Amino acid sequence: MAEQAKGGSSKALKGGIGTPLSNTLTIAAREFRAYFNGPMGYIVVTMFTLFVGLLFFFLFGTLVLRRATLQPLFTSMSALLPLLCAALSMRSFSEENQRGTIELLITLPVRDSDVVVGKFIGSMGVLLVTLLATVSYPIAMSRMGDLDSGPIIGGYIGILLGGGAYIAIGMVASSYVKDQLTSFIVTVIISYVLYFVDKTLIFLPQGIASTFEYFCTDFHFKSIARGLIDSRNIVYFGSVIAAGLVVATRSLNSRRWS
Amino acid sequence: MATDVMIEARDLSKRYGTYSAIDRLNFSIRRGEVVGFLGPNGAGKSTTMRVLTCFIAPSSGTAKVGGNDVFENPLAARSVVGYLPQRAPLYQEMGVIEYLQFVAKLRAIPTTEHRARIKKVIEICGLGDALLKDSIGELSKGYQQRVGLAQALLHDPPILILDEPTSDLDPIEKAEFIEYIRAIGKDRTVMLSTHNLAEVEASCPRVLIVSKGKLAADGAPSDLANRSGKARYVIEIDAKPAKGSGTVAASDVIEAARGIDSKLDVSSINTESGTVGVQALGSSDKDIRRELFALAVSKGWTLLELRKDVVQLEEVFRELTVGDAKAGDRIAAAGMKKNESKSKPASKDEDEDDDAEDKE
Repeated sequence: MAEQAKGGSSKALKGGIGTPLSNTLTIAAREFRAYFNGPMGYIVVTMFTLFVGLLFFFLFGTLVLRRATLQPLFTSMSALLPLLCAALSMRSFSEENQRGTIELLITLPVRDSDVVVGKFIGSMGVLLVTLLATVSYPIAMSRMGDLDSGPIIGGYIGILLGGGAYIAIGMVASSYVKDQLTSFIVTVIISYVLYFVDKTLIFLPQGIASTFEYFCTDFHFKSIARGLIDSRNIVYFGSVIAAGLVVATRSLNSRRWS
Repeated sequence: MATDVMIEARDLSKRYGTYSAIDRLNFSIRRGEVVGFLGPNGAGKSTTMRVLTCFIAPSSGTAKVGGNDVFENPLAARSVVGYLPQRAPLYQEMGVIEYLQFVAKLRAIPTTEHRARIKKVIEICGLGDALLKDSIGELSKGYQQRVGLAQALLHDPPILILDEPTSDLDPIEKAEFIEYIRAIGKDRTVMLSTHNLAEVEASCPRVLIVSKGKLAADGAPSDLANRSGKARYVIEIDAKPAKGSGTVAASDVIEAARGIDSKLDVSSINTESGTVGVQALGSSDKDIRRELFALAVSKGWTLLELRKDVVQLEEVFRELTVGDAKAGDRIAAAGMKKNESKSKPASKDEDEDDDAEDKE
């Protein structure tokens, strides 16, 4: 580095620049640890697990399902997922902007996309830890009878994909607003609109309804939770995630120009 | 001495709407130069540094760092710079070592060198005690600033851009830091902004003064002082007149001194109790000590001190930045006595660079 730097007198100097992969993973690891260096990670994991549990047993009780089924568990998780993801993503950029730490981060030789993808992976890591905490419920249920592993795996994949979509949306919100609470509220509103959009379809004509249905997260989620992992579902969640990350990267880049 | 240009700004401007944070700045800094970047708050120091470190893009003009255009090759430009932003914004929840490791990875320093590099910057920045704390957030502001410096030095960069690096350090730490900058500045390029003019005179062979986004002066501190063509006269008078009764007030002395030459810039200065101190700024062409002495005699004042100084950098700074936000306060902070007649009321917020940031 310095040696390199001293070498050339006429040509441009160049120091160490990491590869996109190594930068992304470094940022992801820092992001992940940041949740658990403070109380945030523990609070989020505990609250989500607790509320999912409460809702699950409430639904399970009211539905009087005598057989062992995990459908209410995934219904509970998908209903609470927007809150969890909004809480996970709100700090990604809002906190950095608020504290000014973004200045030190993006003046390091990292690409804007390394920062955005790294932060996304870090938040996904926390989501994964949270979901692992809920595995206690299927384990408890398995004592009541045999469980079909297909829908369980499908359900978790669906939650993870849906969570990824909500986190990507939350990162966009977080990259535009300085205040964490505002970011949280905006993310929750957008996520629930996407979640509930298929519940309003009865008021719409058939042709438009199916289009709207495609934009609904819950529609795709239910499809995956049945154990059918269709490419349409993957494409949907993948597109939302990709679009979110692209917009967040552009937002981060545009702050230089404003 | 190597003569290659390490930092270069050409017609560099940054506008926020109609407000120009920096306005067609032109300067170049060569290898081996330690340059002090001076100016009152809101003059555009931080904005310039942010453009050079690729944090914000210029509205027009070009900037090159280590030969890399900040617009065309921002990654390479950032890779050769060690940057400490104002107030050292660090991740509060991270440990010192953990943070430095994070920076080392993003600076692509080989893993095998991490230990040695981190150990070195901890020694240089005197961070030994800071390691006892669990997180950066538990450290004092002074220590946090040292951590900020440590991360800027970690990759041994050929160019250092430091925005008010000593603002939170105590006087002993400041002196140590200045000493260190002088030592490393021999084969590196250092650009540091500060309000402390004494610090600049001690460590920077060259200063750039910006005012309202424009370059107001560029040169060695002593040259700038000579170029100003001003002389400063300091008079100290016993508050008890030799003849008659009553006391001598500073306002009497100021008024009388203005009688000698209406162009004199006269103001009171702090002196020990029982005495009245006044300074007069005038042209260095004409020596007015004789007139001042005659004045004291005619008024019956006991003259305790009468001397002529070459104008200090502070005066040059004040001259060049007059009317700029709170320039007078900055000078006061730098150890100067406040010039009542010249420091105009602040027309802008204290920290305009931050305001500019908010507009983004």
